[in-house]
Amino acid sequence: MLKRALAIVAILIIGYWLAQGLSQVPFGQDKMLVSKYYLDHVKEQTGAVNAVTAVVVNYRGFDTLGEVTVLFIASTGVGALLWRKKRKRTAKTKGSVVLTTGSKLLFPFIMLFGMYIFIHGHLTPGGGFPGGATIATAFLLMYMAFTTYEISHKGFEVTEGFAGMGYVLVGLIGLAIGGYFLFDWIWQTWHLGTSNIGRLFSGGFIPVIYTIIGIKVGTELSGIIDNMLKEEVKE
Amino acid sequence: MISAYYFGAIALILIGLYAVLVKKNLLKILVGLSIMETGVNLLLISIGYVSGKSAPILSEGITPSQAVDPIPQALVLTAIVIGVATTAMALSVAIILYEKYGTLNIEEIRRLRG
Repeated sequence: MLKRALAIVAILIIGYWLAQGLSQVPFGQDKMLVSKYYLDHVKEQTGAVNAVTAVVVNYRGFDTLGEVTVLFIASTGVGALLWRKKRKRTAKTKGSVVLTTGSKLLFPFIMLFGMYIFIHGHLTPGGGFPGGATIATAFLLMYMAFTTYEISHKGFEVTEGFAGMGYVLVGLIGLAIGGYFLFDWIWQTWHLGTSNIGRLFSGGFIPVIYTIIGIKVGTELSGIIDNMLKEEVKE
Repeated sequence: MISAYYFGAIALILIGLYAVLVKKNLLKILVGLSIMETGVNLLLISIGYVSGKSAPILSEGITPSQAVDPIPQALVLTAIVIGVATTAMALSVAIILYEKYGTLNIEEIRRLRG
């Protein structure tokens, strides 16, 4: 009881301090400096319509490479922490007919929706990370519905590795053609898709990189799900 | 001007902090951490919002002067992904703790460690 009261007092103090500190921040006002430049030049410099994905993949592509690396380290860490010699799925309750049939039926559509999200990252809200998470959701659904379902761990890891290498490779091609890492060679050297900004075949290397990121994030999150749902079996 | 985002973000941060300070179950503490993270993300996103403007997707007649700030949204996208990564790591540590001690109550874990 005393602990709870102390916690409430501490929270009130921290809350007052936060409110005080943030009370001068102007909400809802235009105070853009760098973003003004991005918004004005996003179409001719990157070919993307969605300014957020242009910032994430094109202007700050190196940052996103680091982000992908963090996700990779997390999935490797989960695999290393939960590593056992022999692990199996130990779920005992079988899913009902409605659940199994429904998830079999929905699985391809969820995959398709995830792919739609990451292929259209430069046009609509979304991108590689949400699309990959959606694909992982499809695998989670299969894991929940079937007691014996397993993804092929090896195939997923190889796909993930190749996707990661693909991202670096795209950056290195940019280094070879344009002179710096992650130079947008498709848009600025080849001028592909300059006439159809706002349609699918535009945006330089944003759709390419987001497809790679989507595959990588999807396989990584599915691997995390797989690692967490399996348990050690004693022999 | 004080807005709803301001109160919402601070309230989410404080709710998460309360869960972290008071709850004894490790999973509930992790849920509290996630709620705190949501509050911080909401704060960042709402700092970038400009009232009366639309999303920074410059198609269908939206000109650059009608769009909100894209940079906080891009940074929050990064923050969400990092949050997922850290939550996954924390959950796997929780799984290991449960396997070793048979409980998720942090006080009992502390007692069993001796």
